[in-house]
Amino acid sequence: MSATQQVSAPQIEASRRFRMPVEVGILLVLVGICVLFEALGWYARGQSFLVNPQRLLIIVLQVSIVGLLAVGATQVIITSGVDLSPGSVLALAAMVSATFAQESSFSRIIFPALTDMPVVVPLAMGLLVGAAAGLFNGTLIARTGIPPFIATLGMMVAARGAARAYTDGAPVSGLQPAFTWIGGGSRPVILFLVVALIFHIALRYTRYGKFTYAIGANPQAARVSGIDVGRHLIVVYTIAGLLAGLGGIVMAARNGSGQANMGTGYELDAIAAAVIGGTSLAGGVGRITGTVIGTVILGVMTSGFTFLGIDAYYQDIVKGAIIVAAVAADQYRQRRRRKA
Amino acid sequence: MTAAVTALRRPEPGPAATASADCLLEVANVRKAFPGVVALDDVSFRLRPGTVHALMGENGAGKSTLMKIIAGIYTPDAGEIRLRGKPVSLPTPLAALEAGIAMIHQELNLMPFMTVAENIWIRREPKNRFGLVDHGAMRRRTKELFAQLAIDIDPEAEVRRLTIANRQMVEIAKAVSYNSDVLIMDEPTSALTEREVDHLFAIIRTLKAAGKGIVYITHKMSELAAVADEVSVFRDGRFIGSGPAAELDRETIIRMMVGRELGQMYPKLEAEIGAPVLAVEGLGLDGVFADVSFELRAGEILGVAGLVGSGRTNVAEALFGVTPATAGAIRIKGEAVRIGSPAQAMAAGMAFLTEDRKETGLFLTLPVLENMQMAVLRDRYVKAGFVTQGAIVQACQAWRTTLRIKTPDLQEPALNLSGGNQQKVLIARWLLTKPRILILDEPTRGIDVGAKAEIYRLISALAQEGVAVLMISSELPEILGMSDRIMVMHQGRVTGILDRGEADQVSIMRLASR
Repeated sequence: MSATQQVSAPQIEASRRFRMPVEVGILLVLVGICVLFEALGWYARGQSFLVNPQRLLIIVLQVSIVGLLAVGATQVIITSGVDLSPGSVLALAAMVSATFAQESSFSRIIFPALTDMPVVVPLAMGLLVGAAAGLFNGTLIARTGIPPFIATLGMMVAARGAARAYTDGAPVSGLQPAFTWIGGGSRPVILFLVVALIFHIALRYTRYGKFTYAIGANPQAARVSGIDVGRHLIVVYTIAGLLAGLGGIVMAARNGSGQANMGTGYELDAIAAAVIGGTSLAGGVGRITGTVIGTVILGVMTSGFTFLGIDAYYQDIVKGAIIVAAVAADQYRQRRRRKA
Repeated sequence: MTAAVTALRRPEPGPAATASADCLLEVANVRKAFPGVVALDDVSFRLRPGTVHALMGENGAGKSTLMKIIAGIYTPDAGEIRLRGKPVSLPTPLAALEAGIAMIHQELNLMPFMTVAENIWIRREPKNRFGLVDHGAMRRRTKELFAQLAIDIDPEAEVRRLTIANRQMVEIAKAVSYNSDVLIMDEPTSALTEREVDHLFAIIRTLKAAGKGIVYITHKMSELAAVADEVSVFRDGRFIGSGPAAELDRETIIRMMVGRELGQMYPKLEAEIGAPVLAVEGLGLDGVFADVSFELRAGEILGVAGLVGSGRTNVAEALFGVTPATAGAIRIKGEAVRIGSPAQAMAAGMAFLTEDRKETGLFLTLPVLENMQMAVLRDRYVKAGFVTQGAIVQACQAWRTTLRIKTPDLQEPALNLSGGNQQKVLIARWLLTKPRILILDEPTRGIDVGAKAEIYRLISALAQEGVAVLMISSELPEILGMSDRIMVMHQGRVTGILDRGEADQVSIMRLASR
């Protein structure tokens, strides 16, 4: 043993250790949950849970919008921040984009001047609303020192109010087919995965990603290393807002209408997906791949419980337990690391 | 030097010492090691009741570690602590407090939004018959306590409204309220004005008269004559000697504190000293330092000496834009520059190795690779936002080899490296940026001797290549061994700039502590 070490020591390549990807653990959890539902499925209903293409699609489809928010939440949490506003921002973006997507032939038009627009207009408006809300969050946090929890809590309440005030609470329906096409079929799933891939690459291979981790790991050291911490935080929160805006567009398109109470509670699902996927609330740690797996776990649980005919209330109890277990596992990891 | 030390008593360690019944607190053969550093090695120390025993030594000599052991904050690896002859174990600060040992912390430990009385009696509040806090009784007791110590502070005042000096008085009163027999004061006068110091000394005399023993850590020679009965000197984690304060003169104590062979530790290479690279004129930061002027030339190592709190680090932070200066001018290669952020300082060719690796240097959870590359990504190794992975990994591997950084690979989280290797990672981070001006704040703090020597060699080599080095250090031998010139600071001012030839430990200490 010691002889081989001596021989290989000068060679850098040879001394490289094999490291298990962090995601393996959480992937095993996903597999375990699937196996459990599969077994319970055969036991309770006499049929397979997983061998059903339709169900597999639905599993991801129903969480793809939460997944979009979770990609944003992951980046915010890596900077050791938090964003409570994306659920509400999603609703506001859904409402605004829907009013730009209405057909003039529809009976209850909110803003007649905005009907029959080219489809890029509602898309741009939805993204713009989201990005603006994120920019506001980021600026408040970076420039005034208000804690992220408070700043985004304010935005969460205010954006929900704005979504309601925008049409006095009326839903916005009669959307043009070119707009609703976005939410049809498996397109939300594809969109989610593409967005996840983009930010996976951004976090791992770009300067943006390196700086994001650096700020979360040690903001003072990041500053001394020449990183403009404030400006970078604004960018991160703006991206989170932009993704909430995209989520709003997809949701309005999928439902064929914009409603002010859309996305209620999604911010917590998004945070849960990130945390289950191994993102540390202490900052500096987290990966999009983990978040995607965390999102799928949320989807599998919802589908699985529905499949078994278990009431939605119980689903939430189990979901709550899983979130706490994930954070407990994270803290255990950290404590062990500190001892090492 | 030898004559001075032999003139002093050295307490006999071991069982013989237990016999001394007049001893209030006794520390015998204590040892404490931290990863990579032996902070205390076979240290013994005695405190008699009704006396003030001053501890002297350079930063890192082990005084604070010893005090923390006595106060139950650290547990010693070996050795014994005896209170009035009886061995005690002090696993926690609370255990020490209950045994009658109270520490008055350098960084104050009061709760700012609570009143003076609440702070003093916390956890022991007098209760009325309903089990609720009896504020009347609490106020009365506080007044009695203050009367006994001749302190005049309103017990109802919120602590955050008090001056630093008054907060310190509250801390002392709190310690006395525990009926502690041993009081530990760690540089209590560092934030006080002259009049406040007089008041503190009066209180110390009252405590002495009441038979308390006081351990008094200080850097100020002038305080010894005023309060100390006995003085013990530490160096490099070892007890050097002790004696009555009246018999030890200043020169002797300084020599005991710093006496050490320089030897081959500091491989200073002859470097060609070129044109001025950095010129600082009248630099100041409101209320922190003022009127700092100096010139730094290519290939030169300018050492900055001074006690902790003398403003050395603040000057470095101002130069690097961490806390921009409020007065004065900075010129780089003759051109006036405004430095308002670290990014601007880096653009001007500066690099800054900070004093505290963990607080302001490392990204502990991130891999070595990310730790190394973070500063250089500002303007190199990036194409269209993407990090050029191959090139940066190669550059980092090269530095890893050159600096002999011991790590399994570049993916290892920085927190798993030893202190010396962590420091090398940070040095690599700055060398990747190819700086012309290198500011080093305590470059070898808390690392082992071997890594120290390597870092000295590197600094010398860099200077030889024409890098201008500003090196702040609390270790005088390091300053003397490495510097071409030495700037000494005291209380936010430059008290002198010495040439290598005219500087020695005594002349520096004289400028640094008046």
